[in-house]
Amino acid sequence: MLSSAIGPTEIVVATDVVPPGLQLAPLLVLLPLVGAAILLLAGRRSDRWGAWFGVATSAGAFAVAVAVVVTMLGLPAEERVVDHRLFDWISAGGLDVAVGMRIDPLSMTFVLLVTFVGTLIHVYAVAYMAHDQDRRRFFAYLNLFVAAMLILVLADSFLLLFVGWEGVGLASYLLIGFWNHRRDYAVAAKKAFVMNRIGDLGLIAALMLMFATFGAVDFATVFEQAPAADVALLTATGLALLVAACGKSAQFPLQAWLGDAMAGPTPVSALIHAATMVTAGVYLVVRSAPIFEGAPTAQLVVVIVGGVTLLFGAIVGCAKDDIKKALAASTMSQIGYMILAAGLGPIGYAFAIFHLVTHGFFKAGMFLGAGSVMHGMGDEVNMRRFGALRTSMKVTWITFGLGWLAILGVPPFSGFWSKDKIIEAAFVPVDGEPWRAWVFGGVALLGAGITAFYMSRLFFMTFHGERRWNDGSGDEHGRGPRDGVVQHPHESPRLMTVPMIVLAVGSVALGGLLAFGDGFVHWLEPVTGHAAHEDPVLPVWLIITLTLVLVALGVLLAWRRYVTTRVPVAVPRGSVLTRAARRDLYQDDVNEAVVMRPGQYLTRSLVYADRQMVDGGWMGLAGLVGSIGERVRGMQNGFVRSYAAIMLAGLLVVIAVVLALSGGADATDALTGPTS
Amino acid sequence: MTPDTAFVAPVIEWAYLVPVLVVLGAGVIGVLVEAFVPDRARRPVQIVLGLGALLGGLAAVVVLWGDERVQGLPNEVPGVRILGGSMVVDPFALAVQGIVLLLAVLGLLVVADRTSTGQDAFAPTAAAVPGTPYEDLARRRGVQQTEVYPLVLFAVGGMMIFPATGNLLVMFVALEVLSLPLYVLSAMARRRRLLSQEASFKYFLLGAFASALFIFGVALLYGYAGSVDLARIFEALVSGTSPFGPPGAMVLTGLFLVLAGLLFKIGAVPFHAWTPDVYQGAPTPITGFMAACTKAAAFGALLRVLYVVGSGLPQEQLDHVLVGLWVVAIATMVVGTVVGVVQTDIKRLLAYSSIAHAGFLLVGVIGFNALSIRATVFYLLAYGLATIGAFAVVTLVRERAPRREPVAVAVGTAGAADAGSTAGAGSTAGVEGAPESDVVLGEATHLVEWAGLGKRSPWLAGAFSLFLLSMAGIPLTAGFIGKFTAFQAAIGGGGWMWVLVVIGVLTSAVAVFFYVRIIVLMFFTPGGRPEATGDEPDGGLAPGVTVVRSQGFTTVALVLCVVGVVALGVFPSPVLDLALEAVKFRP
Repeated sequence: MLSSAIGPTEIVVATDVVPPGLQLAPLLVLLPLVGAAILLLAGRRSDRWGAWFGVATSAGAFAVAVAVVVTMLGLPAEERVVDHRLFDWISAGGLDVAVGMRIDPLSMTFVLLVTFVGTLIHVYAVAYMAHDQDRRRFFAYLNLFVAAMLILVLADSFLLLFVGWEGVGLASYLLIGFWNHRRDYAVAAKKAFVMNRIGDLGLIAALMLMFATFGAVDFATVFEQAPAADVALLTATGLALLVAACGKSAQFPLQAWLGDAMAGPTPVSALIHAATMVTAGVYLVVRSAPIFEGAPTAQLVVVIVGGVTLLFGAIVGCAKDDIKKALAASTMSQIGYMILAAGLGPIGYAFAIFHLVTHGFFKAGMFLGAGSVMHGMGDEVNMRRFGALRTSMKVTWITFGLGWLAILGVPPFSGFWSKDKIIEAAFVPVDGEPWRAWVFGGVALLGAGITAFYMSRLFFMTFHGERRWNDGSGDEHGRGPRDGVVQHPHESPRLMTVPMIVLAVGSVALGGLLAFGDGFVHWLEPVTGHAAHEDPVLPVWLIITLTLVLVALGVLLAWRRYVTTRVPVAVPRGSVLTRAARRDLYQDDVNEAVVMRPGQYLTRSLVYADRQMVDGGWMGLAGLVGSIGERVRGMQNGFVRSYAAIMLAGLLVVIAVVLALSGGADATDALTGPTS
Repeated sequence: MTPDTAFVAPVIEWAYLVPVLVVLGAGVIGVLVEAFVPDRARRPVQIVLGLGALLGGLAAVVVLWGDERVQGLPNEVPGVRILGGSMVVDPFALAVQGIVLLLAVLGLLVVADRTSTGQDAFAPTAAAVPGTPYEDLARRRGVQQTEVYPLVLFAVGGMMIFPATGNLLVMFVALEVLSLPLYVLSAMARRRRLLSQEASFKYFLLGAFASALFIFGVALLYGYAGSVDLARIFEALVSGTSPFGPPGAMVLTGLFLVLAGLLFKIGAVPFHAWTPDVYQGAPTPITGFMAACTKAAAFGALLRVLYVVGSGLPQEQLDHVLVGLWVVAIATMVVGTVVGVVQTDIKRLLAYSSIAHAGFLLVGVIGFNALSIRATVFYLLAYGLATIGAFAVVTLVRERAPRREPVAVAVGTAGAADAGSTAGAGSTAGVEGAPESDVVLGEATHLVEWAGLGKRSPWLAGAFSLFLLSMAGIPLTAGFIGKFTAFQAAIGGGGWMWVLVVIGVLTSAVAVFFYVRIIVLMFFTPGGRPEATGDEPDGGLAPGVTVVRSQGFTTVALVLCVVGVVALGVFPSPVLDLALEAVKFRP
């Protein structure tokens, strides 16, 4: 790469000069946005062509993205950060915000990921949603999501980023609740929406803090002034941003919505709740690096949140029987890795994004695989009713298996290149606080082992072991298949398997490709800066060996428990930890006890107070006005004589008041004539 | 040396009188038209003449506005005094005249509309005693009373002189010139004629009473200053050379008596009692015209008298005068809104709304500064547009009755004969859903009858809602800007003015109730009651109610009013700037 020839690149300040090839960039957002608008407005008329139209706009955006990236690769590294200002947006008093695009390696990495994976999932959904009455609306929402996500990552100010942030939240809500005729799905959508609002409050608070501190919310100004700003303010801003990231990326303590979000159609889970939207928090933290750089405390909190979530998700993942919820827990855990890396500072940024990209591929691939399994099994999601599906669904089995190897971090699959780097970075010592390297390194290492266990569990329970479903042959091993339901697992149509194959290829090769010669790290250097190499507290070879040993142990344990031992169809009682993990470590119970119930009591008492005091007072006032009105109305009796009397009396009163004010002497003058 | 007895012909600068002359001249021609133009051609000729005169007058006002003597040569007071102050053509006078003319054009459009029933709002022969065979005959013959148009023009002429004179006697004459045609017009309703005549008579008696108070006040001021010219009165007040010494009770009493005459026309409490009765009884197009234009003219005159005489008074006495007006303003706002809340008749409700608006306008006036004049001018325009629009809508919402049902169907004496002559018109009205055989009667003024209008005629109900919102002072309408500038001007008066503004805001809040109540009624209350037997409701309206179509005139007026209300609400700056120019006036 170019950068290696001229040495390490420092962080590049954005230029306003937009090279010709990059001027295409607005099309990236416009294509899917217009697509969504057309599909929503055309209504039923677009039923026939709507799905492929949605695919076309997404694919078009991907083509534009490729063109922009090719242009960018032709530029020297110092010119790759461009602010493409489009038009003035808000000009109010001290606040001036323009709508513009920050086109740089970081945003374009996201754009490529979103449009590429997005297009594949659009294609997959054409088949997956083929029998849904409302699939036109589904594609409209998917387009809307892609557009909003691209606004989010291409924004050149935190305010515009916020627009995209809310846009993806809306799309996510609409898609989780896509089958909102089912009450629990609608509730899941609402839960995701409400929990995301908490995160959004964090972003709003961050916006306000930035405006108060820097008088601006655009990246250029904020990042330029951040190093000189007060540490306390930066810490507050950083923590507010972290709250936002936690909400969107399902990080502790705002992670409870992600499992329920699996209520959405599986392509949605793959695209939004695995590959792209939930990683927006990572993007936010990496993008806001200059703020976190000045706030070490905030960075430490970021790392802690990442570490806690990665263990939390991993433990929950071990106990889930619902294939999608297990994958969701895994997503949570993997994003924990990314957040942890992002919190480590410059040495971690590039690896956070690197892992995000590889994860986007293998996790999306596995979700599509899960969707394929559900497709073949009549929408069954309970893994205890799967087993031995490898024979009937070969393509799904192989693609899923490649994704499984990738997430395990087995060399040379994608996950190895990215996750291992994060574990190494976590072991790098921090001056003055030696405990950090050991704690966070240890957590990351342990997480890798648990990941290996629960992902293997998922893989084995689904594709290996004994058949635990009813194929109608009467041979059910006496394990209580679903009464009367006969299942005929079959491979999914080509439209579904091709995207899975493409993503599986990515799961295998992408990591090694991007890691070659540290190409991806150098590509991001104009944004993340160059991190000096630092040695971890343990030798690198030892870390890799330890990781692989733990992974092997995890796989072995899973093999023993779920392949060589029978898997009961009925859910066993399990240990205390298992029961806790099944219930998401009581997260929902805590939320309900601490937040929801007191909140409900509060609103109920407020409603009561509003009815009784505010409304009551107001209605009383209205009644008073009405009764006064009725009385005064009596004076309007229709008789001219009384009208004239009112006039005269009123006039006399007014004149009397005025004269009384002017003094009695004058009044007598008026009656007695001239004084002279 | 000229002997005292020699007659010196006064120099009259006719050019500055063009707006008034055009309108009054057209009125005179209109009378001749009545005498000499054939029956059939009269109405079109009168409409063209009337609209032409008003628009011509408006054009003349615009031209004069640019006149450098009007706007003030360098180092000179702006404005031109004609005939020693009998007419004062200054930017303020022109602004008020312009508003009066503009509103009169809109009002005349509504007056001219005969709707799809083919009948205008006026009695065929106003002179006929209600219920007599003569009246019946006139109706059968299809006689029409086109004298309405010259009468309106005379009234407008008076309204134009009213704020543009510096002479109290001329002002009195103008007061009568504008009042007398209005008394007559009020008596001319086609339906509910007794109510109309009663209203007219009340208006006349009380108007005469108010005029008497006015002229008595003029006498007192003359007694003090030895002149009826406002400029002379001002000089006498400032110099204190009057035999009565410095201004005292005599001046204050005189001033308040004069103001009483003006406040009567404005409809301020306690001189308001005629307003609901007359607004209800008068033909609705006339009500709209008179509510908007009379108020504009009277406020113009009030500002001139109050500000000229008031600036001559010592500060302490001026404060006392303003306290007197405080009492009036508070009473006006409170009575207007509180009694408005309990009204059940749309026309009476709008009458009380008009009283409340008089109070809000007075709040601005009492600020007694340059901004007050700007606010008043703007407010009058905003209020006038919404008022004419609202009453125009009222003319279109009608009662109806089955054709065969005889006579006087609770609609007054006109019922029976109307049924005979308009049966065809009723069925050609193209009223969807209304049974063919129904006869369209008078206006449906009871609030209950407005339920479901939003469903039957969404555009009409939407326009009405807009006018109501503007009257309520909701942002993005002209009414909001008007109220805002009025209260802003009042605050500018300093001292305890904030109390008055707080009362204004509170009463505005109460007033919102009765405006919004109508909107709720129109849009969210179903009108059609299935249990009402034998009478199919018309598109969601209450039984016995329908909507007639405009011939076009009212539609044009409504569109202009809507555009005006929205435009003044969204882009008020150009008009506010113009209104600020109107601050220049000379005694």
